Amino acid sequence: MAEIQNFTMNFGPQHPAAHGVLRLVLEMEGEVIKTADPHIGLLHRATEKLAETKPYNQSIGYMDRLDYVSMMCNEHGYVMAIEKLLGIDVPVRAQYIRVMFDEITRILNHLMWLGTHGLDVGAMTMFLYCFREREDLMDCYEVVSGTRMHATYYRPGGVYRDIPASMPRYQPSKIHNEKDVARMNRAREGTVLDFILDFTERFPVRVDEYETLLTDNRIWKQRTVNIGVVSPERALQLGFTGPMLRGSGVEWDLRKKQPYEVYADLDFDIPVGVTGDCYDRYLVRMEEMRQSNHIVRQCAKWLAANPGPVMIDDHKYAPPKRTEMKEGMESMIHHFKLFTEGYCVPEGEVYAAVEHPKGEFGVYLVSDGANKPYRLKVRAPGFAHLSAMHEMVQGHMLADVVSVIGTQDIVFGEIDR
Amino acid sequence: MNSRYQALSANLSARFGDAIEDVIQGPNDAHGELTVVVAKESLTQVCAALRDEPDFAFEMLIDICGVDYLTYGESEWETRSASNSGFSRGVDREVVIPDPATEYDSQRFAVVYQLLSVSNNQRLRLRVYTGTANPPVVPSVIEIWSSADWYEREAFDLFGILFEGHPDLRRILTDYGFIGHPFRKDFPLSGNVEVKYDEELGRVVYQPVSIEPRTLVPRTIRDDNRYVSADKESGDNG
Repeated sequence: MAEIQNFTMNFGPQHPAAHGVLRLVLEMEGEVIKTADPHIGLLHRATEKLAETKPYNQSIGYMDRLDYVSMMCNEHGYVMAIEKLLGIDVPVRAQYIRVMFDEITRILNHLMWLGTHGLDVGAMTMFLYCFREREDLMDCYEVVSGTRMHATYYRPGGVYRDIPASMPRYQPSKIHNEKDVARMNRAREGTVLDFILDFTERFPVRVDEYETLLTDNRIWKQRTVNIGVVSPERALQLGFTGPMLRGSGVEWDLRKKQPYEVYADLDFDIPVGVTGDCYDRYLVRMEEMRQSNHIVRQCAKWLAANPGPVMIDDHKYAPPKRTEMKEGMESMIHHFKLFTEGYCVPEGEVYAAVEHPKGEFGVYLVSDGANKPYRLKVRAPGFAHLSAMHEMVQGHMLADVVSVIGTQDIVFGEIDR
Repeated sequence: MNSRYQALSANLSARFGDAIEDVIQGPNDAHGELTVVVAKESLTQVCAALRDEPDFAFEMLIDICGVDYLTYGESEWETRSASNSGFSRGVDREVVIPDPATEYDSQRFAVVYQLLSVSNNQRLRLRVYTGTANPPVVPSVIEIWSSADWYEREAFDLFGILFEGHPDLRRILTDYGFIGHPFRKDFPLSGNVEVKYDEELGRVVYQPVSIEPRTLVPRTIRDDNRYVSADKESGDNG
């Protein structure tokens, strides 16, 4: 009989389950994986180097494009680093808006993760259901920032503008008649916050629906239980954060342990896994969606009751109002300087981290006192997770690689930067 | 700087003595940010102690970041007041092309480690200067924290910093066969080569880049009186 040797297999970069541009070189012994060597960098855009050549505010838009399914959380990490270095305080209303949109982003991200993870493992329906709910949240993005995805909504010193009063409505057309439109506009008659509150009432029922499809599903459990087990000690060693760390049973969440913005005043719980397998990480993320929903509700209620400024009143960092610029010379100069030169950030270095949907998203900023960062380093959670790919899939079957990629919640925008 | 970080700072100085060259506290008191400059020779001992000793217990290496201090504090906007030739446009830059054979300035390259202690809930930043060695080299901490693996590969790829003891120091983010270390300050933003499809050869070829480098917003450093620290003489307002 011929001697059977290990063979090498290329997984990706065009494989639909590779979640973007992952090229995974697998050394296989039959169906069993001996080594996995991820090749990354196919989406490398040198965001950090580009940021070194631009005034601080012009790089906020790049942050959206890092992890392109949780846009505002990336911005949050970046503007928090600048604010820390400048030593400026954000108005409390802006903090609530930020927290609300961080949690909306978390739901967006987890829905994307659930849909694609389900699709990879074979649960087609999840994908369609999750995108239905994402649509409402995308509308929330659009109503405050004008775009559905790359918002550039957070600015150092606050947010770009306050939440508008009314929600845009659908108009009758050839495709949708009056009756359809009335149904679609049911939640859109009131303010934007009413729309968000209405969503938070509908959403827990949707999560229950997802759970009836997956949580006790025999196929789902066969594909995820005891797959990609990571012990808490290894998870810490490997630099895991977020649901990957909590799935292994380590109780660590920056929103609780090192609270930023107004998280200390809000009521929510941190779900923690037990075994550290794909199934536990699934359960953790499902519960996180419910908790995020709870936080969004609290923020929306607070915002409805407490009007106020959403941007720092210092025109060195925030542009003056249009009407002021028509009248006042000083406002005119401020506007001109802010948009041509930007602001100089005092010399120093900071590290600011937020609890991103995927883990700890950190921004390390070195400033030499100029109007551009001297060095910007983005700590992407997915980078550390993917580096553990070899350890997580070793000894598993080929089909389990797909489950592990899914559970790691890989997005190449942030890994390749 | 709150009391916890003051205690941590005192503990570090007492425990490591000469291995620590400098302790830098955050620019603003509220940050609770502590940077420790560690001597290159004692990096691995310090890291091992930081991970294992219960006073520190930094179980996690959050990030490794290479920094190139070549143009630190340099401004492109030289003119303070209008001269008879007007303001400078900030675009006439001298291109820095260091001789690859020479030694580096001892503080040119640094590696910055972000540590996190889950059990003590505190953070610490270590900075190691690579010294004059060309190519720059520091000891690897992969034996202490497994997460160092890809972070060190990234710093090697982008800055050309070698990590002594790393088992698999390959490029990670740049293309297969890439030449140079793109995040060094003497590497142009547009790169050195561009890719195009050559119809005659029937394949993709590399050629020198055709993009003219330009500066849209000059790099400016202002002596702003809001930022003048106590130890610095107050400069004129920008």
